[in-house]
Amino acid sequence: MHDIIRQLDAKRAAARLGGGPRRIDNQHAKGKLTARERIDLLLDPGSFEEWDTFVEHRCNEFGMDENRIPGDGVVVGHGTINGRLVFLFSQDFTVLGGSLSETHAIKICKIMDKAMAVGAPVIGLNDSGGARIQEGVDSLAGYAEVFQRNVMASGVIPQISMIMGPCAGGAVYSPAMTDYIFMVEDSSYMFVTGPDVVKTVTHEQVTAEELGGAITHTSKSGVADLSFENDVHALLQLRRFMDFLPSSNKEKPPVRPTNDPWDRLDYSLDSLIPNNPNKPYDMKELIEKVVDEGDFFEIAPNYAGNLITGFGRMEGSTVGFVANQPMVLAGCLDIDSARKGARFVRFCDAFNIPIVTFVDVPGFLPGTAQEYGGIIKHGAKLLYAFAEATVPKVTVITRKAYGGAYDVMSSKHLRGDVNYAWPSAEIAVMGPKGAVEIIFRQDMSDPEKIAQRTEEYRQLFANPFVAGSRGFIDEVIMPYGTRKRVCRSLAMLRNKDIKNPWRKHGNIPL
Amino acid sequence: MFEKILIANRGEIACRVIKTARRMGIKTVAVFSDADRDALHVDMADERVHIGASASAQSYLVIDRLVQACRDTGAQAVHPGYGFLSENKAFQTALTAAGVAFIGPETRAIEAMGDKIESKKLAAAAGVSTVPGHMGIIADADEAVAIARSIGYPVMIKASAGGGGKGMRVARTDEEAREGFLSAANEARSSFADDRVFVEKFIEQPRHIEIQILADGETFLYVGERECSIQRRHQKVIEEAPSPFLTPEVRKAMGEQAVALARAVDYKSAGTVEFIVDANRNFYFLEMNTRLQVEHPVTEMVTGLDLVEWMIRIAAGEKLTLRQDDIRLNGWSLECRIYAEDPFRNFLPSTGRLVRYIPPIEVPGQVRVDTGVQEGGEISMFYDPMVAKLITYGKDRREATSRMRRALDSFYIRGISHNIPFLASLLSRERFVEGRLTTNFIAEEYPNGFDAAHLPPDDPTVLVSVAAAVHHKVVARNAKISGQIKGHEKKVREGWVVRLGDTAYPVKVRATSGGHEVEMDDRLIAITHAWDFGQPLFRATIGDRPVVVQIENRGVAYHLSHAGSQETALVLTPEAAHYADLMPHKAPPDLSRFLLSPMPGLLVSLAVEEGAEIKAGETLAVVEAMKMENILRAERDGVVARVHARPGDSLAVDQKILEFEV
Repeated sequence: MHDIIRQLDAKRAAARLGGGPRRIDNQHAKGKLTARERIDLLLDPGSFEEWDTFVEHRCNEFGMDENRIPGDGVVVGHGTINGRLVFLFSQDFTVLGGSLSETHAIKICKIMDKAMAVGAPVIGLNDSGGARIQEGVDSLAGYAEVFQRNVMASGVIPQISMIMGPCAGGAVYSPAMTDYIFMVEDSSYMFVTGPDVVKTVTHEQVTAEELGGAITHTSKSGVADLSFENDVHALLQLRRFMDFLPSSNKEKPPVRPTNDPWDRLDYSLDSLIPNNPNKPYDMKELIEKVVDEGDFFEIAPNYAGNLITGFGRMEGSTVGFVANQPMVLAGCLDIDSARKGARFVRFCDAFNIPIVTFVDVPGFLPGTAQEYGGIIKHGAKLLYAFAEATVPKVTVITRKAYGGAYDVMSSKHLRGDVNYAWPSAEIAVMGPKGAVEIIFRQDMSDPEKIAQRTEEYRQLFANPFVAGSRGFIDEVIMPYGTRKRVCRSLAMLRNKDIKNPWRKHGNIPL
Repeated sequence: MFEKILIANRGEIACRVIKTARRMGIKTVAVFSDADRDALHVDMADERVHIGASASAQSYLVIDRLVQACRDTGAQAVHPGYGFLSENKAFQTALTAAGVAFIGPETRAIEAMGDKIESKKLAAAAGVSTVPGHMGIIADADEAVAIARSIGYPVMIKASAGGGGKGMRVARTDEEAREGFLSAANEARSSFADDRVFVEKFIEQPRHIEIQILADGETFLYVGERECSIQRRHQKVIEEAPSPFLTPEVRKAMGEQAVALARAVDYKSAGTVEFIVDANRNFYFLEMNTRLQVEHPVTEMVTGLDLVEWMIRIAAGEKLTLRQDDIRLNGWSLECRIYAEDPFRNFLPSTGRLVRYIPPIEVPGQVRVDTGVQEGGEISMFYDPMVAKLITYGKDRREATSRMRRALDSFYIRGISHNIPFLASLLSRERFVEGRLTTNFIAEEYPNGFDAAHLPPDDPTVLVSVAAAVHHKVVARNAKISGQIKGHEKKVREGWVVRLGDTAYPVKVRATSGGHEVEMDDRLIAITHAWDFGQPLFRATIGDRPVVVQIENRGVAYHLSHAGSQETALVLTPEAAHYADLMPHKAPPDLSRFLLSPMPGLLVSLAVEEGAEIKAGETLAVVEAMKMENILRAERDGVVARVHARPGDSLAVDQKILEFEV
């Protein structure tokens, strides 16, 4: 028996070496850790339970029968992050470039199926050269099996992709269907077609980094949500991120104890809104001063900066924040911000995370670029997402809430549960200047009259009290008491239970 | 006694005067400009009057509005603070005409001392020793050069109406004399509306030591000295009382001369006679300030007097109850001026919102904070960039210094840049500790400017053990998250590696009843603290040493500031630390290709155009902020590839102005 056990030990040790010491050194030389080292960093020590260590591929063509490595380029299993269950797969670039074979895909599907069965998140650590070309359609079938599971798991369990190496061609579509894509700077890239094909077809000269590196996807395309400076930072941040998420759509988000008083006041917020209505201020300051311990995990900070999205905690429970950012494009809604916001709101709604919305929005961004780009349909996504969401929704209007954008930003009319306004709020169809230019068009030649009318309009409508008189605003609150108000409302809403009518699915304007 | 006084000033000095007035049972009236609508002094006063637009020329310097404000509020007297109209004869005349008392000396003294040339003549006549120089007003740059040559370089060119370092230039060559004359005259015109300029011998190795005077027209007292040698571009940075340089004999001689001068002008109030003292303790009269000085608190700390109170009493006609023999200097006091400026960017002014502002806790007889701002306030471009004064007291210089160090550590400011790291660096210089000061101290100690390398090397024990304790607390709390698998809960380990910059320190950490204990290099370090999550200050006793470390979460790392040094700490498991060692070093992006605006401001002029060849040190552009013109110079030779901004553009911080060819 001892012999047999020793043999197993030896077999395991061999499997753990993946592609062998030379390839491991190569991986390190590229500034990347190996599949197993990454799991070490991500999971609680000693919690990893590996499955399918000895799975090998079944391909015999092109000399592949001579090239079987246990595990077949992906390490799969489950473990814990701060004691909470997660499933994960970690592609092993040292084994056949982490390429996806039929068996590689089957391993991934196995943990996804189990994650669905027990209701726990799936984390993918992607580092793969792409399809196992030697296997042909078997490899493609493998991808599709994963895709199908990604779709079935969507909105049921959180799915997170960490891109830690190449991810190209069809392979990108699995991460694309997960909830969040994170990337490691300088060592990861994602694209549908690589620089060589791009050059052949469109004659564009572009590097892999420019085409699909972390900076491109977190700032230009918005494909990725965050990037991190290296593998270590990425995986430690991923641990931090997972602490915000519930394990499945059947659970409430986790609670982490805090000593931050729910009724903490912050008088410096009383001077957050500048005296000049056209001067920007940093909405992140409000979020950071309201949220527990000032700890805010921003999602997609470098993309569509005019709308801030991210997670924080209130009284220890996860909350999703959506906020217009006056520092960028005056906080206008545009195509990119509407898409970013809509996806964030739908994630929160799917996973029972209450949404706190801070509003300072002068309207939708005008221009041909926006109209030709389809702002009508894209803007509708954010509207749809807020309207459809059944989680607790608390909204605070800090300054401008103009026009259709007012309606969109989690207004009372979209089933906002508690809608507050600061005394500086201006809730109107448009700003006083624009309004007067339309209503009193005949007086346009008389600047004095216009100035007087503008002042009249400002007095009449540029305040929260008209909306308050209709009940569209539940209460006008002091800025310094924002945390206290929001916490109390969220506490009141803890057992909120409303349902949308049964349907196969809604038809969000995609 | 007055029932109500108006303070014709803003910022910390207005707040400071209000405090004393309130203690004396006197009602206070604050005045404010547009930019100061929500300022602290406005909140503190019993009444407030708006006196105009943000620019001081349209508010704090408008005599009529201030007089009207007195009439409207019934204020019986005005305390002018320092700067603005504190030494303005016209203001005093207007107040007198309106029947309002001026809390300060009489017109004659202001007039005699306000003009630097007149005051020097008067001082010489009163038997005060003076610096050789040209007493007349200079017509143009040519004359300035001629006079400079006749006195002999180096010379100092000064605005006649100047003060606070504005309108002062040192010249060592004809070229510098010419430039110095023009810029001193310009600055004097914009700051004081008076472009008269004079020239005097520039004394090398000088110390700036000033005598505080208190007089009621009958009794004339010298209330000890202050040494203000640590100056940057003639702006005082650190002041102390007493001076570590003076002997009792010299102190007495200076005091008596100062009193003689005060007597000569029938002085009635608090005032200051400034001297320049050379290496042999020869002292020369510099000027007399007929007002309260910025640095007056150090005198208050060592004498126990409230100078503002005496100014008010004397202005109300009371007589001094003190005699010279009653004035004793006890212990030591230091003052650090906290400026909104970025020491790592050549001290350029920093404006913006005080997102976080937590001054040190005041301890009577130990730590005093004279602040003019509060959290959520705005540092605007319109006024002096000084936000607060930090004053400490100790039984000797050593104790006052160590209290100052700790107070600086616990001064937490976010939203704007500030000079606290620079102050911490100054205090740690050996020359400062030994008290070997001159007005060239900063220029000599930091010949190539100030940068992170000048930050005092900190004992890593403090930062390592604090990072370890904080991380242990973070991990222990993470281990309490809900939803864990029963029986498989997260366990908190003891062994960690603290990475501080590039150095790794293996430690063991355990929670104790009063905080944590950290094992490091076979030493057991006890950390007593009550720090909780989200608190920006980690106050602790490490061993038996009280320590304050500023702490901020940066993702998974901690950014720590202590004793002027700033470090990022990453606390990892030993396995993770091993993996971290495998990670590549990433060089920061190369910004040397650009000339970036170091602060928000206005691009006044561009000295080069595209294609121009430039030499290191050459002027490239001028950016104006906070009334100061800042000249941006080439750091190295090169060619201008592109111009990104035009004169008249308002610039954000780090906005590209020029791009150089690679």
